Amino acid sequence: MKKYSLPSESEYKTIVEKHTPGSPKLMGFARAFIVGGVICVIGHLIGKAGDCIGLNEATKPMFTSSVLVYIGTLLTGIGIYDKIGKFAGAGSIVPITGFANSMCAPAMEFRREGIITGIGAKLFTIAGPVITYGIAASVVYGLIYWIKEYALS
Amino acid sequence: MKRAKERTIVFENEAYITEGASIAGQKEGEGPYGDTFDQIIEDDLLGTETWEKAESELLKRTVLRCIEKSGKTKTDVDAFLAGDLNAQIISSGFAARDLGIPFLGMYGACSTMIESILTGAVFVASGAFHTVVCAASSHFCTAERQFRTPLELGTQRPPSAQWTATAAGACMVEKEKSAIEIKSGTLGRVIDLKIKDPAHMGAAMAPAVADTLFGHLTDTKKSIRDFDKIITGDLGKYGLSILKEIVKEKLGEEADDIFFDCGENLYRDNQDVHAGGSGCGCIAGLLSGHILKEMKKGKYRKLLILGSGAMMSVTSSLQGESIPSISYAISLERCTDGIVS
Repeated sequence: MKKYSLPSESEYKTIVEKHTPGSPKLMGFARAFIVGGVICVIGHLIGKAGDCIGLNEATKPMFTSSVLVYIGTLLTGIGIYDKIGKFAGAGSIVPITGFANSMCAPAMEFRREGIITGIGAKLFTIAGPVITYGIAASVVYGLIYWIKEYALS
Repeated sequence: MKRAKERTIVFENEAYITEGASIAGQKEGEGPYGDTFDQIIEDDLLGTETWEKAESELLKRTVLRCIEKSGKTKTDVDAFLAGDLNAQIISSGFAARDLGIPFLGMYGACSTMIESILTGAVFVASGAFHTVVCAASSHFCTAERQFRTPLELGTQRPPSAQWTATAAGACMVEKEKSAIEIKSGTLGRVIDLKIKDPAHMGAAMAPAVADTLFGHLTDTKKSIRDFDKIITGDLGKYGLSILKEIVKEKLGEEADDIFFDCGENLYRDNQDVHAGGSGCGCIAGLLSGHILKEMKKGKYRKLLILGSGAMMSVTSSLQGESIPSISYAISLERCTDGIVS
């Protein structure tokens, strides 16, 4: 009786590539650009609104971020942000509303495991790396700034 | 029951699937085979507080439905063989706690249903047990949170990604002669052709399915044309086309029409599931409902059912390991001699 053999790893790689569709890139870029842009415009309008209530240049960005985070969290809570994300990809992940989404989604998901061991422990599962490496990058940046401004002058 | 030929166990009028039941979620109910499930659940929490409890409840209800349809009671069942995708197969363990039937926990990832039926058939054919129930379940929400990301996270899935089915299926396997006979079963080997993409399970599992298919054909001296259909578990659209290409290349036969993938067929194209369905419940639900019904009607007489599972975990993927896969096969035949069903 004939013994059948499987393709080798390299042969198989070729077969898989032939049958695997790529993500529609151009369309993805366009959607991300539009949705990301719209979120930024909204952010700008919130900033303008900040002007009207008498905020200064220092407090205005904080006001804008807070409002955007609030909106992102709210939209996550009522189950809309994941639909926006599905459509826009990076367009809705990169702005600060995406950060809000990445905190709120695990909080909702893991609340059943308890306030401490669920929400508390899992809140940063998605956003954690951003914070970790954001802080690490700011340390490096601070060091370079210090060398340039103080050590060399 | 004789000694196995290589890795295929041949049963000689010793094991029959006498009853089947399946329950699925709303989305699966809207799929092309929605009306073949015994019940569609409207609330995907099934009145419980957590997704895990919900999946366990789903499995338990399916098993009870199967027993009820057979006209038996829980005490008539000698053993309950089941598994699921949750860590430590809690859905099955918790369902077994409530059912109180002696339990054997099974795990073969998405091939669990076929592994369970094969194991159950051996128990029955050996004469150790008379009646066993084999089952498997999966739930979209338990799988997502364990394997991927929280439900509300706004991310995109690649086109090769699959959708974990919310479904459970249960089959009663007995020694008593009935319309559907389990003719043989083939154990899988764990095959790994170094696919690493967890969003392309079809590609990871297709070689395992091919290996078990070839093993079964060799051991039983059969060709793929000896079957009315070859049913695969959850390779999805792209995994199935990969399998077809391997089969065509190795067997030298065009076999486009003979394969039916449960993952590809569980949902409609417009249901936004990308490559199709996956999860233990995918093949369990369609086998225990649609496929058994078609066999009883006589539409299919000889079927080879190949479940496939990826033997990986989130940890192994994060550590950069490739995805080893397994596939189990059972061959089913509709018997006609003196059976009224």
